[in-house]
Amino acid sequence: MAQSQDNTHEPVAGRAPLIVGGYDFRSLTEAVAEPVERKTPIGWWLFFLPSLAMLGLFGVSIGWLFWEGTGIWGLNNPVNWGFAIVNFVFWVGIGHAGTLISAILFLFRQKWRTSINRAAEAMTIFAVMCALVFPGIHVGRVWVAYWMFPLPNQMDMWPNFRSPLIWDVFAVSIYGTVSLMFWYVGLIPDLATIRDRAKTRIRQIVYGVFALGWRGSHRNWLHYERAYLMLAGLATPLVLSVHSVVSMDFATAQLPGWHTTIFPPYFVAGAIFSGFAMVMTLMLICRVVFKMEDIITMRHLENMAKIMLLTGCMVGYAYGIEMFIAWYSGNPYEQFAFANRALGPYAWAYWIMVSCNVITPQLFWIKKMRNHIGWLFISSILINIGMWFERFVIVTSSLHRDFLPANWDYYQATFWDFASLIGSFGLFFTMFCLFARFLPLVATAEVKTVLPEADPHQGEELVRVVRGGGDGEAVPQAAPAGGGGA
Amino acid sequence: MGLMQLDVPEASGGYRHYGVLARFRTAKELYRACEAVRDAGYSKWDALTPFPVHGLEKAMGLKPSKLPFVVLATGLGGAGLGFGLQSWVHIMAYPLVISGKPLFTWPAFVPVTFELGVLGAALGAVLGMFAFNKLPTYHHPLFRSPNFARVTDDGLFIAIEAWDPKYDDEDTAEFLSGLGAAEVEHVPIEDPADDGDGGGGA
Repeated sequence: MAQSQDNTHEPVAGRAPLIVGGYDFRSLTEAVAEPVERKTPIGWWLFFLPSLAMLGLFGVSIGWLFWEGTGIWGLNNPVNWGFAIVNFVFWVGIGHAGTLISAILFLFRQKWRTSINRAAEAMTIFAVMCALVFPGIHVGRVWVAYWMFPLPNQMDMWPNFRSPLIWDVFAVSIYGTVSLMFWYVGLIPDLATIRDRAKTRIRQIVYGVFALGWRGSHRNWLHYERAYLMLAGLATPLVLSVHSVVSMDFATAQLPGWHTTIFPPYFVAGAIFSGFAMVMTLMLICRVVFKMEDIITMRHLENMAKIMLLTGCMVGYAYGIEMFIAWYSGNPYEQFAFANRALGPYAWAYWIMVSCNVITPQLFWIKKMRNHIGWLFISSILINIGMWFERFVIVTSSLHRDFLPANWDYYQATFWDFASLIGSFGLFFTMFCLFARFLPLVATAEVKTVLPEADPHQGEELVRVVRGGGDGEAVPQAAPAGGGGA
Repeated sequence: MGLMQLDVPEASGGYRHYGVLARFRTAKELYRACEAVRDAGYSKWDALTPFPVHGLEKAMGLKPSKLPFVVLATGLGGAGLGFGLQSWVHIMAYPLVISGKPLFTWPAFVPVTFELGVLGAALGAVLGMFAFNKLPTYHHPLFRSPNFARVTDDGLFIAIEAWDPKYDDEDTAEFLSGLGAAEVEHVPIEDPADDGDGGGGA
């Protein structure tokens, strides 16, 4: 931590640099490409092999599920949705921060995103992969999972497009597809970099094929940047719609605890909150393992901590409003559902959720805590635990005591429930390890644009000020915002 | 999408060179040079950079991309297809009365219509960009220049093509040197020993 220059304070004049360490174009290329090109470090195996083992557990638990059926899980009669849906909502939510960083911060011209957007987008794709597994396997009769799609079939049956569950199929699968395209388009110039540096024939061919023959033509950049902007503009409403639709799976049910209009914004805020926590966890590890402390700087971490503080407060506000509305509605079932949540058999889960999600981020009001690597790491893990429990609380505590006390029961997860949860982390981390090993972790072409020397009008703004305004000569319009912006 | 052909005119057999390739040291110099090349009246030329240089299209005199029109069309197409599919399913293919509601429940069709609209627009943006940029184009004469590998690292280049009406082997090279280029070279249009691939762009 000490070796990096502090760029978390705004200087009196100008702006703090986004990346430190005195990089120029060449050394930046070197720093990003080197981890892709060197021999696999031991440290990578230390992350990869346990992840692979967890992925193996995922395979076994899915295989056993297919063989034996959903009876291997702890589901019972009122609680028909258990870990599978909890994990699904958790993983979809994780993905949202990636899109927020890559699309929404792009539209807001937050240039600090360039150091972390590649990894965050990769995280999105892998999280959506994990999420998509669960609705696929939890249906019980997996051989008819294709009924979820509008495919012509011999029964002449079609899905019910009025159901939020079918909206979900479209929202999540299209979200995954668009995220993948966005990520790949961003990767093309960097794949070309790896291609041009490749020493072996096989690398030239593999990276060359995926780089599509990119040669940095500005006539290409013109369309490329426009496509990127359009994708960002499309991904922004898309990401907001995805978790809104996920929340409607619950909100359109009449069950107390689910049947609330606050769900869409509440779910979206929670998704961004948990996703940023996951980005934080991953970036804290990656910047050390790949020695990128000067590219993924304290400023990036601090900005992420601020967003976690904001979204954490929004989530805390939503918890409060849920309680208030339950009381204010005068509906006894609603009131019972929320009293039961905080004081009933699942009170332990509720209070884990509140302490992790509401109390933990409050320490980020203090700058010292936002700049404390150890606390950032611990809090990111705590928030992820808390956000998993939020979904657990919503799903289980609402279901286990509904209108009729004769139906009540307690849901207890089994070994196989935990195996599929741990296994999904295996899938996620295996994919992320492979990504960090074989693809450039940082969007090099984009980071180059935030270096001061990338600005074709570098210094001209100053000249104009000194000369006392436009003297008409050679200075093309107002110089676009300085390279070190945001 | 197959391998797209270059913009090389039919009679390219008559050209010894693809053109002149000049490298500039800074983004600022490149920007000035692009303005000069534009003002000198060249039309078949390009700037090649490791990252998009802000505002270079103005210095080059390029028109804005037409991609947004493609995206609008494919987006509306996707949304229309989605709305049509749902209406057809619920009115004609599989009419089923659910809780006494009408068959054409258009508000319930909004989410899927929106999602498919986004999918159409995103596909239009990516595939449209590929089509405008003629990607993939795996082979290009510029890859024959050993210097050109720097274009994805730190090299800022201008290439003027031999079939530009104002092009002249000697004069154009001198013109680019005069603009402050660090290196100027002629790029051959065919491999000297054409027995496969010249390296560079796999």
